[in-house]
Amino acid sequence: MHVPDGFINAPVSAVAGVVAAGAVAVSLRGARRELDERTAPLAGLVAAFIFAVQMLNFPVAAGTSGHLLGGALAAILVGPYTGVLCVSVVLLMQGILFADGGLTALGVNISVMAVVTVVVAYAVFRGLVKVLPKKRPSVTASAFIAALLSVPAAAAVFTLVYAVGGTTDVPIGSVLTAMVGVHTLIGMGEAAITALTVGAVIAVRPDLVYGARGLTAPLKLRVNGELVDAPAARPEPVAVAARSSRKFLLAGLGVSLLLAGVVSFYASADPDGLEKVAADKGIDAKAEDHAAADSPLADYGVEGLTNSRLSGGLAGVIGVGVTIVAGTGVFWAVRKRRTGEDCSPTSVPENV
Amino acid sequence: MDFAAPSLEVAGLAFAYPDGHQALFGVDFSIGRGERVALLGPNGAGKTTLVLHLNGILTAGAGTVTVAGLPVGKRHMAEIRRKVGIVFQDPDDQLFMPTVREDVAFGPAAAGVKGAELEARVDRALEQVGMAGFKERPPHHLSFGQRRRVAVATVLAMEPEILVLDEPSSNLDPASRRELADILRSLDVTVLMVTHDLPYALELCPRSLILSEGVIAADGATGALLGDDELMRAHRLELPFGFDPRSVDPRSVDPRSVRAVER
Amino acid sequence: MGAGHAHKLYRHAHSPVHALPPHTKLAAVFAFVVVVVSTPREAMWAFGLYAVLLGVVAAVARVPAGFLLRRLLIEIPFVAFAVLMPFVAQGERVEVLGMSLSVSGLWGAWNVLAKGTLGVAASVLLAATTELRELLLGLQRLKLPPLLVQIASFMIRYGDVIADEMRRMRIARESRGFEASGVRHWGVLAKSAGALFIRSYERGERVHLAMISRGYAGSMPVIDEVTASRAQWSYAFALPFAALVVCLLGWNL
Repeated sequence: MHVPDGFINAPVSAVAGVVAAGAVAVSLRGARRELDERTAPLAGLVAAFIFAVQMLNFPVAAGTSGHLLGGALAAILVGPYTGVLCVSVVLLMQGILFADGGLTALGVNISVMAVVTVVVAYAVFRGLVKVLPKKRPSVTASAFIAALLSVPAAAAVFTLVYAVGGTTDVPIGSVLTAMVGVHTLIGMGEAAITALTVGAVIAVRPDLVYGARGLTAPLKLRVNGELVDAPAARPEPVAVAARSSRKFLLAGLGVSLLLAGVVSFYASADPDGLEKVAADKGIDAKAEDHAAADSPLADYGVEGLTNSRLSGGLAGVIGVGVTIVAGTGVFWAVRKRRTGEDCSPTSVPENV
Repeated sequence: MDFAAPSLEVAGLAFAYPDGHQALFGVDFSIGRGERVALLGPNGAGKTTLVLHLNGILTAGAGTVTVAGLPVGKRHMAEIRRKVGIVFQDPDDQLFMPTVREDVAFGPAAAGVKGAELEARVDRALEQVGMAGFKERPPHHLSFGQRRRVAVATVLAMEPEILVLDEPSSNLDPASRRELADILRSLDVTVLMVTHDLPYALELCPRSLILSEGVIAADGATGALLGDDELMRAHRLELPFGFDPRSVDPRSVDPRSVRAVER
Repeated sequence: MGAGHAHKLYRHAHSPVHALPPHTKLAAVFAFVVVVVSTPREAMWAFGLYAVLLGVVAAVARVPAGFLLRRLLIEIPFVAFAVLMPFVAQGERVEVLGMSLSVSGLWGAWNVLAKGTLGVAASVLLAATTELRELLLGLQRLKLPPLLVQIASFMIRYGDVIADEMRRMRIARESRGFEASGVRHWGVLAKSAGALFIRSYERGERVHLAMISRGYAGSMPVIDEVTASRAQWSYAFALPFAALVVCLLGWNL
């Protein structure tokens, strides 16, 4: 479900836009490092695949059906960087071409549906694959759990964004419960489909499953007759990928921790700010407030007393600040780490 | 540029894939300027592997490829790719730009051609394949035969030394097939046509090479090769039912065949 | 979704709006939506004026009202959400038709509905008057990272090809008597999705080969460049400027 315009207030949308832009910038670099000049066609085709597979209906029961969101699938099949890029491009095109998701909400949509699902799914997947025995069923099981967790995680993050920048004072606690509950259910479907699809790919082309690289035995080179060695046609990107994805995971983890910290701070510092709203202040207070405020920021926390407004605003500002710091932090960490290693593979088609 | 050099010269070319599967075991042949040659062979003979060596997408473990006197290698890669125009089997792979015009312009634009000259090249290439009226159309909205013709135009716009076609007649209905044959015959360019469509090879190419198990098993006039039952059987090449190459006079098809037959 | 010139939302016509350079339209629509979102929800009349502004644009662009309204249906999931708001939101409650509704929830629902609808309408107008190819050129001109534009361009070029493959696979399944009717058939559908991924990825590899065969070395050659004159910019920005005036009035009245 794509967030429309006006659902999240302007400042928080802008911050989400900055976060999304940062994540896409990092992913562009990462994807280019992994795929080199093949990035554009490969990521483009995978984006088209994600787009198509979202139209594939999976019947649930009597007339109802669900479809794949695709973040977890993209993360596992093509890796976190390319995954974020593909889902972001799908969202961008849906916003511009189909008016599906507001233009000002694009940042929120990309942050939640592209970045959170992909990062969570990939982190969980890699973690599990490392822990579980190196067998094919482990890959499928890891894909299941990764996809299962990625959907409610996205729902939770969306609720948090809503808590900071939502335009209506619905009770956040119950919204969180409802959102996570419903999306865990959706996540079950997502998980089953993702796991089955990953299983289907790994049965035919295990080399194409990014997340399962390193599980397949290294290929043996056999050279016939007196002929010289065939040159290694595609340098193994595994080492680079493993290293960069570890950084990516760490960075993602850092961001999540920061976000979680901020949000819990917000939740604990201001529980009554939300509840107090229920007390007495109605439309009059709102009008007064409104007269006093003359910035778009006033849309946020507009409903309450001065003190609840203050605390809410403060929390919002802190959240916003920390998010920016975290976003730029990731960006810098990744950029500084860039060693400029350049692998320029003469790519080889797999099939003769 | 060395005008005396043949368009394409392949010597001792051998190649194994990283998984150890060896596809080419020492391929030798040479194609003169302006010739039209068919490369015949059963599935898995290494035809596509050979094609990918011609413009340096694959680089050989052993042997050399020379295009108009220029060795294929890292040093001249940009020029080699301009000189060798490969038309791939699936036109959807070849036509990756949003409109026909941009697709045809892609090659020359990548080589630095701009402005009016770029437009002129696009127009000329589309004219040559009879698709001049389709410039602004998206490739997806063309018929398969039209897409194949535009795919040829994308390569012609680069003004290549040699045109390499991978299974040009596949999936074409008889009319499109004939139209493409007319176009190919009208072009003044060296052609290497990879195919197992034997009648098409006979119709268009005076000379043929048979690639089998990674080596050139035969090289000669197309009519003579197709008429050699034993040779054909040995390399899993079969003529369509009822087709007799001896009944077709190649000279009636192509006046240039005389030269090739005399080789 | 369609490729090239004929995506689902595009309406071919010759109007001043169609003729505007794509990047001016993209920027103007974005600016308009930002202004709308920044407007205080209490200024209800402002949203009415925004709707009138969009109506004027639609008239100039010769986009029929029926078309525009039909395309607004994409909003429905969020309308449902908005309808729930007055019931679940906190704050003072009012009696409407015997139901106890939250005042702030009503405001919230109004806020989402008004701003969301205007946002969708603006995007629909943009898509209805701008060819797909132009949208991509516009994004490129607005300095979106070139790699991102390329990815989007490939996605659009091959979206139909892959959707066609998916359709053929479905026909092949159904021809063999398979009909997906419940969860127990997910395995088969997922196998199709897996096969579709492999095909898409391998096609990506082949497209890449076709590209480097024609001299691609990592960056797309510039074939088309869109430019806009000052007059075109000011024409396109008439919409967000008018909206900005309304917005400022909304803050001050």
